[in-house]
Amino acid sequence: MGRIPRAYLINRLTTLVLTILIAATIIWIIPRLSPVDPAEIALGRMAAGAGSVANSEEILAQLRANMGIDQPLIVQYLKYISGALMFDFGLSTAAFPTPVSTLILNALPWTLGLMILSLIITFFIGNLLGALMVWDRSPKLVRVAIPAAMVFTSIPPILSGLLLMWVFAAKLQWFPLTGAYSIFVEPGWTWDFVTSVLHHGFLPALSIVIVTFGFWALGMRGLMITVQGEDYVKLAEAKGLRPRYILYRYMIRNAILPQITAFALKIGLLIAGQVLVERIFAYNGMGKLLYDAILNQDFPVIQGVSYVIILMTALSVFLVDLLYPFIDPRIRHEAA
Amino acid sequence: MTDTPLTRAEKRQAKRIRRFDNPWLNPKLIWGAGLLIAIVAMGLLGRVFWDPDLVFTGSAQLKLPPLGFENLRGQSGIMSNPLGTDGGGRDMLALIIIGAPNTLFVGLLASLIGMSIGIFLGFSAGFVGGRTDDVIRVLADVMITIPPLLILVVFQTAYGDVSLTMMALLIAGFVWQSPTRLIRAQVLSMKQSGYVQMAQLSGASTGHIMFREMLPNLVPYLFGSFIASVTTSIVTAVGLEVLGLGPQRIPTLGRTIYEAINAGALIQNLWWWWGIPTLLLGIIFIGLLLINLGLDEVSNPRLRRLS
Repeated sequence: MGRIPRAYLINRLTTLVLTILIAATIIWIIPRLSPVDPAEIALGRMAAGAGSVANSEEILAQLRANMGIDQPLIVQYLKYISGALMFDFGLSTAAFPTPVSTLILNALPWTLGLMILSLIITFFIGNLLGALMVWDRSPKLVRVAIPAAMVFTSIPPILSGLLLMWVFAAKLQWFPLTGAYSIFVEPGWTWDFVTSVLHHGFLPALSIVIVTFGFWALGMRGLMITVQGEDYVKLAEAKGLRPRYILYRYMIRNAILPQITAFALKIGLLIAGQVLVERIFAYNGMGKLLYDAILNQDFPVIQGVSYVIILMTALSVFLVDLLYPFIDPRIRHEAA
Repeated sequence: MTDTPLTRAEKRQAKRIRRFDNPWLNPKLIWGAGLLIAIVAMGLLGRVFWDPDLVFTGSAQLKLPPLGFENLRGQSGIMSNPLGTDGGGRDMLALIIIGAPNTLFVGLLASLIGMSIGIFLGFSAGFVGGRTDDVIRVLADVMITIPPLLILVVFQTAYGDVSLTMMALLIAGFVWQSPTRLIRAQVLSMKQSGYVQMAQLSGASTGHIMFREMLPNLVPYLFGSFIASVTTSIVTAVGLEVLGLGPQRIPTLGRTIYEAINAGALIQNLWWWWGIPTLLLGIIFIGLLLINLGLDEVSNPRLRRLS
């Protein structure tokens, strides 16, 4: 167990803070550069609702003051950054006057639940299959079937999601087409609700799993090939240990460690892919929130969702970087 | 050099040896490239042999099925629209002839730009070192954790319609970081190797060392990294399109899927509307995957199976 050197910790912390700061800044700058005026959008929405709007100039000025966009840019920016640190992104313009943070808090558990579930399943299946691909005692069928299944690895989860939706929801009607739970069930910790959630979550999770397990399997295959030739494996074989024992305790245990770093780097892409899966399944998560916000040009919500997802990604990378030497004692942090 | 005919086993052995002589003649590589070339060829030949004007809305009957199938209204497919039509009366065949190469184009352009930035920054960081290295390394570390899709969603919602080239440029801003890191690491290790020091001692210029001595050794890595960023770019582009962003007036595979989902094509059993673009995207991604697997075997001989 190595202790974390201070220089390394500072280095990683700087990267973390910079990541969040840069991402937040980009998200803030982009809408400001565009010719679209959020006050005019809001006015347009009012006009569409009411038929016509009298004294529109005054309303525009009032809307601008409400949104804070009549102040100098630097003030706006500082307000935004300090707000973002407290997860305060102002009020949604489409679902006025709901705070963006409330909308995100409602959506976050769904996204996190789906993500953690599918990540665990895919990490487990992927690494096991990758190891079996290399192991010289695995059945022939495994060695032929897995590379064939690899074809799915390159496909983004929206495509597999569409296929699964069509086969299992539209054609066979085994699973519901959209939503995160049945509209006939009251949300709460009841048996009906939980089964309904699992029933609705199965297809989205499966569509992520079948396209991501191959990534782990491929990585594991490469690592297992390296481990296979090591002396300690040969020694274990010579000692006459059971092959299965060697596979799990000697080979997979050593090969799996670098996969954990890959995990951290991949997480950003996984979340982005999942956002799209949630959109096509109309799952009540961040993806649906984001999609609805795009339709309504609801910038505070778009900014909030993007910010929270980037924050989650950056934090998980940071944590994996710090925890890694505790998982793999062979790695020592170099003070870079 | 004997004239005696070889036995079958010997022939196989000879073939295997020949194949290993040139790692680039790798079946996976060839198949993958073949799939992508087929998409491009479809785009080029399709414009010649098929009427590209059929991508316009209302150029045919609505929701016609492909040849040999029947839709829910009891219409069967007709010769003038062999792959059926979408909910706006656009011919699916024309749609993919125009749309599939567009998708590939965005991916290739974005990664070409991204790779160029990556090569430049990676070499600068690895070769110059010092402050330059620090700045580039931290920047790459920072940018690698930001999912491109989310930043681009903000951008495109703010700006509305963008052109294909603009989208490629935007995506390029997010695919340079992995090549930068990869090349930096390789350059750092190569700088210590004998032949580079030899070149330095014999007075070769920095440019000569970078591009004549080091770059050729990086080619398999560069290709691998390039293909990986093409995949990332296309995934990002399709993601944006499926969210209804991206180019609004140019047919793309992602936008076709977006329109199909919005029109409830899954419930109406209009499988060809979303299925055909999905299939083509699948072919593109499988082609890229095969190329990448092939390149892995080129650069890492240990992966080449002996049987």
